[in-house]
Amino acid sequence: MSDLSSSQNGAPKNSLLKVDARTKKRNASEARFKAYGIGAIALGLCFLVTLLVSILGNGVPAFKQTFITIPVELTESKLDKSGTRDLEVMKKVTTFGYKPLVENALVAALEKEGIENPFAKAKDLAKLLSSSAPAQVRDVVLDNPNLVGQTVEFRLLAGSRVDGYFKGRVTRDALARDKNLDAAHLDIADAMVAAGMMDTTFNADFVLGADASESRPEQAGIGVSMVGSLFMMIVVLCLSLPIGVAASIYLEEFAPQNKWTDLIEVNISNLAAVPSIVYGILGLAVFIQFAHLPQSAPLVGGLVLTLMTLPTIIISTRASLKAVPPSIRDAALGIGASKMQSVFHHVLPLAMPGILTGTIIGLAQALGETAPLLLIGMVGFIASNMPDGIASGFLDPNSAMPAQIYEWAKRADPAYYERAWGGIIILLGFLMTMNIIAVILRRRFERRW
Amino acid sequence: MSLVKLTASALAISAMTVTAASARDQVQVAGSSTVLPYASIVAEAFGENFDFPTPVVESGGSSAGLKRFCEGLGENTIDIANASRAIKDTEVAACAEAGVTDIVEVRIGYDGIVFASDINGNSFEFTQEDWYKALAAEIVVDGEVVANPNTTWDQVNPAFPAQPIMAFIPGTKHGTREVFDEKVILVGCEDSGDFEKFVEVKGDEDAAEDACMSIRTDGLSVDIDGDYTETLARIDSNKDGLGVFGLAFYENNTDKLQVATMAGVVPTTESIAEGTYPVSRPLYFYIKAAHIGVIPGLQEFADFFVSDDMAGPDGPLAEYGLVSDPALVETQDAVASATVMMK
Repeated sequence: MSDLSSSQNGAPKNSLLKVDARTKKRNASEARFKAYGIGAIALGLCFLVTLLVSILGNGVPAFKQTFITIPVELTESKLDKSGTRDLEVMKKVTTFGYKPLVENALVAALEKEGIENPFAKAKDLAKLLSSSAPAQVRDVVLDNPNLVGQTVEFRLLAGSRVDGYFKGRVTRDALARDKNLDAAHLDIADAMVAAGMMDTTFNADFVLGADASESRPEQAGIGVSMVGSLFMMIVVLCLSLPIGVAASIYLEEFAPQNKWTDLIEVNISNLAAVPSIVYGILGLAVFIQFAHLPQSAPLVGGLVLTLMTLPTIIISTRASLKAVPPSIRDAALGIGASKMQSVFHHVLPLAMPGILTGTIIGLAQALGETAPLLLIGMVGFIASNMPDGIASGFLDPNSAMPAQIYEWAKRADPAYYERAWGGIIILLGFLMTMNIIAVILRRRFERRW
Repeated sequence: MSLVKLTASALAISAMTVTAASARDQVQVAGSSTVLPYASIVAEAFGENFDFPTPVVESGGSSAGLKRFCEGLGENTIDIANASRAIKDTEVAACAEAGVTDIVEVRIGYDGIVFASDINGNSFEFTQEDWYKALAAEIVVDGEVVANPNTTWDQVNPAFPAQPIMAFIPGTKHGTREVFDEKVILVGCEDSGDFEKFVEVKGDEDAAEDACMSIRTDGLSVDIDGDYTETLARIDSNKDGLGVFGLAFYENNTDKLQVATMAGVVPTTESIAEGTYPVSRPLYFYIKAAHIGVIPGLQEFADFFVSDDMAGPDGPLAEYGLVSDPALVETQDAVASATVMMK
C-alpha cells in the first residue's frame, strides 16, 4: 500500500500531529464556548450566592426577639372591682385598663433594680415595651382569674425599636430624629440587659404566631398564614390531582385523535402559560361574585390555585404516561385485559412516579403564588386569628405565606421589612423541601426503558 | 380504585363548601392604604377586647375600595370602605345604582401629606408654587403658555440647589394624589398668577383648573401606584428623588428620609392640628347602613374606631401619626345613631 499523504514531496501536507490554522480556529472556538458556559454558570452561582446571603443576612434577625421580664402587680381594684372573679364582668376591663398597670410595673421594676429613670411620665418610659403588653397580660388574667391580687412575673415583648437597637438596625443618631423612642430609652435598655431583665432570644412566635397591626411589628408571626397556605394546598391537591390525572388518562389512552382533542391539547398548553393574575380575576368573578363563596377564604384561594396548577399536572402526567412503552399495553391487551385494566393495572402504576413529581412541582408553584390572591381578598391585615377547626380553616378569612410576606414588605415600620425577609426564609425552606421530595421520588422510583 | 375514592371525596368537599358558605361573622374592610395602618390597629384592639373575631382589613387605594364598596349589598361584599378623601357624587350614584343607598360617613381624623427626600441629600423649603412650577405639564413663561421647560430645581426657584427634578407622586388611584393636585399644584398655580392666564387661554375656570393640575409626562414626575414603601425604595435608588408621603410613614422612617417644609411650616401632628401646615386632609371610612345588625360586630367596630380610647388625642392612632379630630364627639354621636349621608 502506498502512503497517500506522504506520496507527494515526502513530508505530509496535513498531519494530525501538526495543528493547522483551521483546526486551531475550531479548537479556539470550542474553548471559547466552554468559557462562555463556565462564565454563565459562574454568573448564575454569583447571583444565587448574593440572593442567599442577602436573604439570610436580612431575615435571620427576624427569628430573634427582645423580651422584658418584669413582675406585674395585678391590682384587684383595677381588674375586678366586684371581687367575684366573674369572667363576664372582668372582660369589661379593656386593654386600656391594663395599660397603666403594666406601665407602672415597669417603673417599679426599674426603681427596684436601681436603674435611673429620667422620664417623669410612666407612659413615656413604657415606649420600651411593645403595645401588645397590656393585651398579653389581659389574656393571662382572663385565662386564670385567680391570679388577680397577686404579683406575677411576665415576659413581655420589647418595642420594635428597642429590639432593632439590639439587632443593630436602630442607632442612637437615628433616634435623635425619631419621635417614637429617645436615646435615653437605650441607656435604660442597656442597664436592663445588665440587670438581666431584658434579653434577646429565639422567638417561636415568629414561626407560629399571628399577624399584628402596623404599630407592633414585634408581635407579628407567620404561623396563621402558614396554616392558610396548608389549607389551600389541601384543596389544590384534592382537586387538581384526581381531575388532572383523569383528564390526562382519558386524553392519552382513550380519546380518539381528531381535531377536537387537538384543540383541547393546544388549549391546555396555552392555559399553562396564562399569567396567574388572570386566574385571580376569574376566581373573583366565578367563585365570589357568582358562586357567593366567602371572600378571603383559603377554600377560594385553593380553587383559584387549582385552576392554575391543573395544566401543569396534566402536561406532566401525559408526558409520564407517554413514557410507558407500548409493549406494556400490548402485553396486557394480548393476555386479554380490557383497555381499562391495562391502563389502571399496568400503565398508571408505572407512570405514578412521574405524576407525583409533576404534582409536587405544581404544588410548590402554587405555594409561592401571590398575584391571584390579591384579587380574592387574601392580602392585608387578615391572618390575625388561628382557625378553630377544619371548616373554619377552609372558610374563615386567612392569608397565605407569600401574601403575608408581600404585606409585610409594604408596611411602614422598618421592623416589618426584616420580618418579610424572615418569612422568605421559611417559604424557601418549604419550597426546597418539596422540590427535594420530588427529586427523591424521581430518583428512587423512575424506570427507564 | 383509590382514584375513584379521591375524586368522590373531592366532589364531596366542593359540595359541602357550597352549603357551608353561610353567615359571615367578621367585619370586612377594604380601601385606602393610608387608612390601612389605623384600621389594622383598631381591628387588632377590637379583636383583643371584644368577643367578635378580628375584622379583616385589606388595602388597594381609596378609589378601588369605594368601587368594591359600591358593588352591592350582601355577605360577599365589604362592609366598610376606607378612604383618604371624601366619597364623590359619581361614586354615591354608582352605589345607589347597585342598591347601596344608605351610607354612613365617618371622619376619623386628619393626616398630613409631607414632601421628603433622602436623608443625606439637599434640604428643601418649598412653597406650593415651587411644586407647581416643577411638575405642571404647562406653565406660563413671559406671558406665554409653554410646555414646562424646568429640569432642575434651581430653574424653579434660584434659592434651590441645581438638583435635577425627579418627583415620585402617588398614582391616580390613591386619594392622596387628589389632595396633592388640589392643595399643592392648584394652589401653586393660583399663587403664581398662571391661573388667570390659563382662564384667558382655555376659556373658563374649569378648563383652567384642569390645565393647572395636569402633571408633566416627560418622565421627571413618576406616578407610584404602589404604597409608600415603593416611593421610599425609589428614593433609595435615586438620591435626587423627592417623594410624597403620609406623615405617619415619614415618622416611621426618619432614619432614611428628611422632610421639607411647606410654606415655611414643618409638618408635625401639632402644626396639622393647628391648621398651619397647608397640606392635610381628612381621613374617612364609609359604612353600609344596611349591613349594620346583619354582620355581627359592625356597629361595635365603628363605635370602637371613633371612641376616645382609640381615636382620641392620647389614643394609639394619634401615637401612630393620626391628627385627632377636634369634632370627635359629633362623629361618635353620628356613628352611634348610624346617621346616613345626605344625598
